[in-house]
Amino acid sequence: MTILKHVLESVENQFETFQILNEDGKIVNKADMPELSDEELKELMRRMVYTRVLDQRSIALNRQGRLGFYAPTAGQEASQLGSHFALEKEDYLLPGYRDVPQLIWQGLPLHQAFLWSRGHFAGGQFPEDVRALFPQIIIGAQYVQAAGVALGIKKRGKQAVAVTWTGDGGTSQGDFYEGMNFAGAYKAPAIFIAQNNGFAISVPREKQSSAKTLAQKAIAAGIEGIQVDGMDVLAVYAATKHARNRAINGEGPTLIETLTYRYGPHTMSGDDPTRYRSDELNSEWEKKDPLIRFRKFLEGKKLWSEEEEAKVIEDAKNDIKEAIKKADQAPKQKVTDLIGFMYEELPVNLQAQMEEYQAKESK
Amino acid sequence: MAQMTMIQAITDAMRNELKNDENVLVFGEDVGQNGGVFRATEGLQKEFGEDRVFDTPLAESGIGGLAIGLALEGYRPVPEIQFFGFLFEVMDSVAGQMNRIRFRTGGTKNQPITVRAPFGGGVHTPEMHADSLEGLIAQTPGIKVVIPSTPYEAKGLLISSIRDNDPVVFLEHMKLYRSFREEVPEEEYTIELGKAAVKREGKDVTVVAYGAMVHSSLKAAEELEKEGIDVEVIDLRTVSPVDYETVMESVKKTGRAVVVQEAQRQAGIAANIVAEIQERAILHLEAPVLRVTAADTIYPFSEAEDVWLPNHQDIVEKIKAVVNF
Repeated sequence: MTILKHVLESVENQFETFQILNEDGKIVNKADMPELSDEELKELMRRMVYTRVLDQRSIALNRQGRLGFYAPTAGQEASQLGSHFALEKEDYLLPGYRDVPQLIWQGLPLHQAFLWSRGHFAGGQFPEDVRALFPQIIIGAQYVQAAGVALGIKKRGKQAVAVTWTGDGGTSQGDFYEGMNFAGAYKAPAIFIAQNNGFAISVPREKQSSAKTLAQKAIAAGIEGIQVDGMDVLAVYAATKHARNRAINGEGPTLIETLTYRYGPHTMSGDDPTRYRSDELNSEWEKKDPLIRFRKFLEGKKLWSEEEEAKVIEDAKNDIKEAIKKADQAPKQKVTDLIGFMYEELPVNLQAQMEEYQAKESK
Repeated sequence: MAQMTMIQAITDAMRNELKNDENVLVFGEDVGQNGGVFRATEGLQKEFGEDRVFDTPLAESGIGGLAIGLALEGYRPVPEIQFFGFLFEVMDSVAGQMNRIRFRTGGTKNQPITVRAPFGGGVHTPEMHADSLEGLIAQTPGIKVVIPSTPYEAKGLLISSIRDNDPVVFLEHMKLYRSFREEVPEEEYTIELGKAAVKREGKDVTVVAYGAMVHSSLKAAEELEKEGIDVEVIDLRTVSPVDYETVMESVKKTGRAVVVQEAQRQAGIAANIVAEIQERAILHLEAPVLRVTAADTIYPFSEAEDVWLPNHQDIVEKIKAVVNF
């Protein structure tokens, strides 16, 4: 069976990690350097810094009991925001539960993101021009839905794509394969992003699959796959831009695996990462930090300064303060509100229950 | 008017809606050129093109996700699940996703999806092809469950389901697909979801049923007429939400009731009806409300199924028991 082994090796060897900036912020791949203006480069940095602050504040707010469900994002900024930066307003986002930053940069007001975290219905009432579904909780379910959105976009003849994110654990789900396979079969404009942060809660990547890379899983679906340095915001951006161009040109979906790391716990609901990750591993990844790397790159081009960074941090803190205030002002949600959202027209059983709760809530 | 079988009426309803609304899409395993394994989509791809009526890869969760995504893009999907026994593969999409989207988006997004599936026993299918799983979905908030028992009603209920702006699971009993024909208007018409129908009026005892059991109940009623027992038969037509008003009105009149389902006994639709009757009409009752159901076993394909499935004789016995209580 040496022939099969040979085939597998030759396939796996095609998935080298795509990188543009190395850990020192030096360009190592000039040919693939994306065409971004100085302003755009600075905007990318601004978003990453802002989102890092948002993460720190969200963790604090969660600990104070002022936020509900929260999945920390620090470490994954390049993966989340680099991919998002390659998208357009008309694209449709199907995020996973950790991918709230992409929604915010797509235009979801911060206070609504906080309300979503609290389970308040107003957090799910996205502005009409934010083409996105709320973050998915069921691992991988967004992949099959993205195939549907992408097919719809294709049928409508729109110049847009459906983009979805999951994690390394998500790639073990059946829906991961079904979504890619459906989108591939219909040549639908979809981008599937697997953010491989090394751990599905506690289970390490090696225990998810024998596959050397997650990107190679694209091959079975007959679509393009690429593994990217997920701590390199330019590489993630360039790969996503490439995938978007392919999709718009009718060349079908792409799977992008981003190699990244989350510094924090899986979620703020009791996960203790010291049970499954070592300090050595943490510091190894912290050296690859997407903000440090990109800051070095921008400073080398004289595009970034401490003052600018301080300003972004200040702005973020102020925005967050305002947003949490606004979230606190949202009317307390009532069971009767929620009953009203079950169907377009209330069926008889819920009509009766609506009356019961109206009576309870008017007391 | 034309004489149609139930499956022809179902095809006719889909044809009507494909013509009526360009956002209606019909898809599933083998539904394209093959016209579906039961021929429910016969000729539709030819008439409306591959863009509107199309085959999917063989994966039910993928079909469910496809429907959800297409609905998010403003389409009105009518996916077919080839057999309802494959519900478990698409369960997350049906019971965990499409039914929650209106709620989770605070009423700003909807899912006008009609999931069609053949179900029910008595046609000697292989394992996992004949189960009555409607109770699982009826327990799921945010989705309607419609089960027609005649060609005429299948057409009107399916058109209503497709036009409904919330997800509907539309279950087609395989035994009824070609068991009889009746007059079905060629023009479009709708039948309101959530409304039961009195299929036979009677004053002595109420029988509540749905799907194929409606016909077994009618047969039982005919037989009992000869013995002087006057049976009223109610066809629920929608098992979620249930039209309790029609049921209670009848029970208050007759004072006796038997609830019939083809599914296993435990935690089913019938149990729910019985519970509601005792809450709302216990003082009108002259006898305990009895159930006719299958046994709480795995569906016994296919040699023993004719004995396992409830039949009109079982219904006759239970009716006699409540009348003679």
